[in-house]
Amino acid sequence: MYNYTEFDHAFLAERNAQFRAQVERRIAGQLTEDEFKPLRLMNGLYLQLHAYMLRVAIPYGTLNSAQMRQLAVLAEKWDKGYGHFTTRQNIQYNWPKLRDVPDMLDALAEVGLHAIQTSGNTIRNVTADHFAGAAADEVADPRPYAELIRQWSTDHPEFQFLGRKFKIAITGAAADRAVIRAHDIGLRIVEQDGARGFEVLVGGGLGRTPMIGKVVRDFLPEVDLLPYLEAIVSTYNLLGRRDNKYKARIKITVHENGIEKVRALTEEAFVQRRAQFSGVDQTLLRDIQEQFAPPPWRASSQDAFDSLYESDPVFRSWADTNLAAHRAEGYAIVSISLKAHGKTPGDATAEQMRVMADLAERYGHNELRISHEQNVILPHVHKSDLPALHAALKEAGLATANIGLISDIIACPGMDYCALATARSIPIAQEIATRFNALKLEHDIGPLKIKISGCINACGHHHVGHIGILGLDRAGVENYQITLGGDGTEDAAIGERAGPGFSADEIIPAIERVVLAYLDLRHSNAETFLQTYRRIGLAPFKSALYPETAVAAE
Amino acid sequence: MPRAFTPKVVTASDLLEGDVIYLTADDQWSRHLQDAEVLTDEAHAQLRLLHAERQPDRLVGAYLADVAQGPEGPEPTHFREDFRRTGPSNYAHGKQEAESNV
Repeated sequence: MYNYTEFDHAFLAERNAQFRAQVERRIAGQLTEDEFKPLRLMNGLYLQLHAYMLRVAIPYGTLNSAQMRQLAVLAEKWDKGYGHFTTRQNIQYNWPKLRDVPDMLDALAEVGLHAIQTSGNTIRNVTADHFAGAAADEVADPRPYAELIRQWSTDHPEFQFLGRKFKIAITGAAADRAVIRAHDIGLRIVEQDGARGFEVLVGGGLGRTPMIGKVVRDFLPEVDLLPYLEAIVSTYNLLGRRDNKYKARIKITVHENGIEKVRALTEEAFVQRRAQFSGVDQTLLRDIQEQFAPPPWRASSQDAFDSLYESDPVFRSWADTNLAAHRAEGYAIVSISLKAHGKTPGDATAEQMRVMADLAERYGHNELRISHEQNVILPHVHKSDLPALHAALKEAGLATANIGLISDIIACPGMDYCALATARSIPIAQEIATRFNALKLEHDIGPLKIKISGCINACGHHHVGHIGILGLDRAGVENYQITLGGDGTEDAAIGERAGPGFSADEIIPAIERVVLAYLDLRHSNAETFLQTYRRIGLAPFKSALYPETAVAAE
Repeated sequence: MPRAFTPKVVTASDLLEGDVIYLTADDQWSRHLQDAEVLTDEAHAQLRLLHAERQPDRLVGAYLADVAQGPEGPEPTHFREDFRRTGPSNYAHGKQEAESNV
């Protein structure tokens, strides 16, 4: 893991002192809210529906145990005992008091964390595959590149006031676990003729105009990463629209100008930018890469794992859903579900954070990840430790065996917290999870991603949910639209809208009808919901969703 | 034809706490909607909003919210204002927590 240098620590200390003074001036009435708002947003502080919200960056989703414990301290000392992990691999605190925020930022800085660029029209927290450095299918660990991008983009003077926020995601594997096709820039590490580089995508994004990113470069040599990114962002900074915030994202720039024009301007800018990079970025990259060296793997018997797997159906069920293949012999990647049935997706109590930190220290080489799916990952656990790990997770209410299943729902905070939301998301997620747990169908249904957003901004990624749910305000009543067939992986697709929305009372039965239709329509248990959908299309599901219309049409 | 003016209250967020607050008839700020001054005249409502906006060291984001007159005072007419009045639905936090501690 990357360890902050003295420069990093000094930078955070200075930045926090600056913000402390700004808060004091605001409270003393020396700054108006109009003057203060951009300053607080630059430090991750929002004002939401019921209180302030502090969004803390977890760069590329990677944490060590000390950092996770400090997140628990913040939750207990300045919030209500919990934190909310988000689809951007951040954590949000929903109840801080304005006066306390400088102290919270100082506490974060003690462990090398901050809230810089978690808001505002700038390059946001760079996200990455949550299995980075561990996945069996990986070409290379994307995190050193993400860290390089973080350092390059933090306080970059040219990119502090872009037309809109700007999101970069990176993966080192062919299987896309970072949703790179729905980001402003998506990067995938590839190898060509023995050389390492990147496939570069641009112009993806969700929100009110969802778009899948387009390839702007098939192969960008590793050495050219920063100048090429700089060329893309500077092209967007010049070409992107500023007359209408809804048309200001780079996806619109690409859509309106065409990928060829954006590519040509980028390549032109790249030639100039490239000349300004002296190679110090590559020296820095080598230093960063050294800090991401894999931990020493150990060779141990996995008899204890095999034996418990055979004898304990609860452990087997958890192992089948929550473990992923690791690159090292005898190891597994563990996903800890923050989606216990009926609980708020992505929330963890301070106590649970401490348990996860302890377990990472004891069994996981002191490393944790936050996934964009709002779960926590222990990336390196030897299989011989899994029985003890599972027992400890069970005790902490963290052993729900549902990763990738119907109750592993992404849900934005929705109108329960968010000032922008038009309907609630969390209760819908809670009810779906509770309902399908009661039906005992979850494991029979198999892989199925439901994603819920409480407004058109799509923080819950509903467009790329196999089943997407969008909450809206229809004449003063919460209403939920369903989209089907979305996919956030390497086969990315935007879901199709199924038809008229449903009231809060109707949405759970509607989802149940779609899922039961799938169970009827699939060829076999091996055919997933998405495969069935792609084979037969929207119509049969539409009939299930709107039976009255289907009967009338017959 | 212009739409008829419907009853409103002045609401905002408390600067220090971020908590939802309402303007009362005696120029105080209350955390309870039932204490709010109900404004039935549009011109008067605009004046009261201006009065609120002149207190930037006390509050953030003042606006007029629709209400209906209920037996115990003003009640929200939109679900968003109802959530602001109570708190989130996944935990008993926010105003509902404060009330349970009374």
